[in-house]
Amino acid sequence: MYIKKECVAMLLAGGQGSRLYALTKDMAKPAVPFGGKYRLIDFPLSNCVNSGIDTVGVLTQYQPLVLHDYLGNGQPWDLDKMHGGVHALPPYQNINGASWYSGSANAIYQNISFIDRYNPTYVVVLSGDHVYKMDYNKMLEFHKAKNADCTIPVLDVPLEEASRFGIMTADENGFITKFEEKPKEPKSTLASMGIYIFNWDKLKKALIENEADASQEKDFGKNIIPNMLGEGDVMVAYPFDDYWKDVGTLDSLWDANMDLLNPNIPIDLYDPNWKMYSRNPVMPPQYIGEDAKIENSMVTDGCEIFGDVDFSVIFEGVKIGKGAKVNYSIIMPGTVIEDGATVEYAIVGENSVIGKNAKVGTDPTAYDNRDDWGIAVVGHGINVGEGKSVLPKAIISENV
Amino acid sequence: MSDKNVLGLIFSNLHDESIIDITRRRTMGSVLFGGRYRLIDFPLSAMVNSGVNEVGVITKKNYQSLLDHLGNGREWDMSRKNGGLHLLPPFSHNQDGIYRGRLEALYGVWEFVLRSNADYILLSDCDVVANMEYDKIIDTHISSGADITAVYAKGTVRMDESHANTVFGVANDGRIADVLINPELSGDSNISLNTFVIGMKLLKNIVMHAQPRNLYDFERDVLQARVRELIIKGYEYTDYYSKISSIQSYFEANLALLNTKNRHALFPDDRPIYTKVRDNPPAKYGVTASVKNSLIGDGCIVDGTVENCILFRGVKIGAGTSLKNCIIMQDSIIGKKCALENVITDKKVIISDGRLLTGSSRCPLFLAKESEI
Repeated sequence: MYIKKECVAMLLAGGQGSRLYALTKDMAKPAVPFGGKYRLIDFPLSNCVNSGIDTVGVLTQYQPLVLHDYLGNGQPWDLDKMHGGVHALPPYQNINGASWYSGSANAIYQNISFIDRYNPTYVVVLSGDHVYKMDYNKMLEFHKAKNADCTIPVLDVPLEEASRFGIMTADENGFITKFEEKPKEPKSTLASMGIYIFNWDKLKKALIENEADASQEKDFGKNIIPNMLGEGDVMVAYPFDDYWKDVGTLDSLWDANMDLLNPNIPIDLYDPNWKMYSRNPVMPPQYIGEDAKIENSMVTDGCEIFGDVDFSVIFEGVKIGKGAKVNYSIIMPGTVIEDGATVEYAIVGENSVIGKNAKVGTDPTAYDNRDDWGIAVVGHGINVGEGKSVLPKAIISENV
Repeated sequence: MSDKNVLGLIFSNLHDESIIDITRRRTMGSVLFGGRYRLIDFPLSAMVNSGVNEVGVITKKNYQSLLDHLGNGREWDMSRKNGGLHLLPPFSHNQDGIYRGRLEALYGVWEFVLRSNADYILLSDCDVVANMEYDKIIDTHISSGADITAVYAKGTVRMDESHANTVFGVANDGRIADVLINPELSGDSNISLNTFVIGMKLLKNIVMHAQPRNLYDFERDVLQARVRELIIKGYEYTDYYSKISSIQSYFEANLALLNTKNRHALFPDDRPIYTKVRDNPPAKYGVTASVKNSLIGDGCIVDGTVENCILFRGVKIGAGTSLKNCIIMQDSIIGKKCALENVITDKKVIISDGRLLTGSSRCPLFLAKESEI
């Protein structure tokens, strides 16, 4: 017996995130650590819970082990429910054989039966790699008030960046008249945030038609949205002017972490009315040593800091040795920065070791030509030996 | 892991009077400790880590904070179909349910004890902070053939804390020969850590014998009175511990965690201490922060100078403020340009800008829960 849910969320979490290179070698992008205590998927999941959506299907495919393990039974997000809750939905075998998810639309198509069990009126389609706080319930109220078939949250982006997004043209009432995925010559600056609310009957019909048409790709932005517009479905743009970041690249991942340290950037993790949930580590409080220096940084349980930390995000269980310096960097869970090591403008993955007096990354001011410089990245479980160097812009996925 | 069937019983209210300021509105078990814990987290986690999968928590009064903290035991992995955590508020057939001592408390929960299939009972209080390997203690109890095993540590009793310590005389063969309850002595002693292992059958005899005779004190009416008749063995505990018998030893036990060796001994990676999850974001240090030799909980926002302090989860320290040798419990807010030294604030204390508060290391200044200055 399934009790009807007004709204079910489907979270796309199967992508490889190939532009995060070493950081997504062994884990899907939504499982990448973010913000000192979170993984990217905590943002959409916490948004769901805070918006009153208690049924979430998480579509997984690429390297799902870490992600499945992290989700568990959904208890950290209060999503271990008798009716609903969080469900990991990897691809499966059926009577016609097995097929991988061949696109965002196909992933939802293959899980129509999951959605149908809850007989929802609305389905929210979310992405597992965006950092933002959003009340989906407010968007749903807007969707209902507009009598829409599909509502797409939009950001106003600079014209020169518009060709990276799905760009839409809307009339004065917000009704979308045109949608182009990553246009070469954008006609507007209203960019799709890549998340949607649909009336489930309309979406289901569009998914089935898209699947039946072998000439089409199986993608929301490229196919489903333009197809529905073509059918004359009512599509509205929902303006969003709060903080939002797609962390698809190493630079944007670094930027978004640094944004958390900037008091002028409106993403507040400390708001008691919009709690960010995550699987909390079981570790003692962080210890800041006698000779440590720590400023402008976020640090989590289980850390032991004996060196200098400035403008950095330090995840749980990280040890920073005496005389070590960590500036403008992101150090992921369980990593050890040994005595005298220097880590600057870098991202260091989980459970890695930066040996004594090793040097990872440098300050960009030393470079005349900024193109030669970039964030240094050390992958997960990597050992950078004593006194070794990792140059800026390098991406390390083997021991050095 | 012990393969024996052991029932753990934790007494949350005994010793409340040791730190009466902090236990005014809570049990000893729910006293905050070490930046994110409550005292009961230590025996309870150690039981979980020792394979003691069924635990009853015996309460008496002021237990709302304790119930709130423990919930259904999920965070200790003790929300189980078989065994798990059981909260045992006062219950009595005759009196008002308020027991006078350990024996009477056991009588009050006897039906619960009987329902378990345990062969052995492990008794613990909440006044000792340690990460005991109970499985070793239980195995030793079984192999020694003792009737009762009492855990003690060699240590020094301070004169002002003698009222809160039981001391053992231990013979060469490990048998306890003498039991002194709250003796007026100080110096090196075998201090009871209020942790006992006893067989189910014997405990049943003891409890049933005691009740009709109006005996209620385990130390006095069993350990001391029957020290010749029963084989009571001492188990010397040699790892890190601290025993809380006064506000001063509470203060020192907290600050002792600033020593990295002590901290590693209390929190080994393979025997974690569990506690209630609060979903705090990471701690955030501002441009004007300066922190030395301190233990900081998640969710703190630090803009001031903090030295030799323990800040619990969700504490805010304003810019220009200086804290030295302080214990600031969760969600307290210290304003700007304050100076605090040797101060303990309970939860949710608010100190407005510019205040100067000083206690001494022997007598730290204590501010009660939710007080505003």
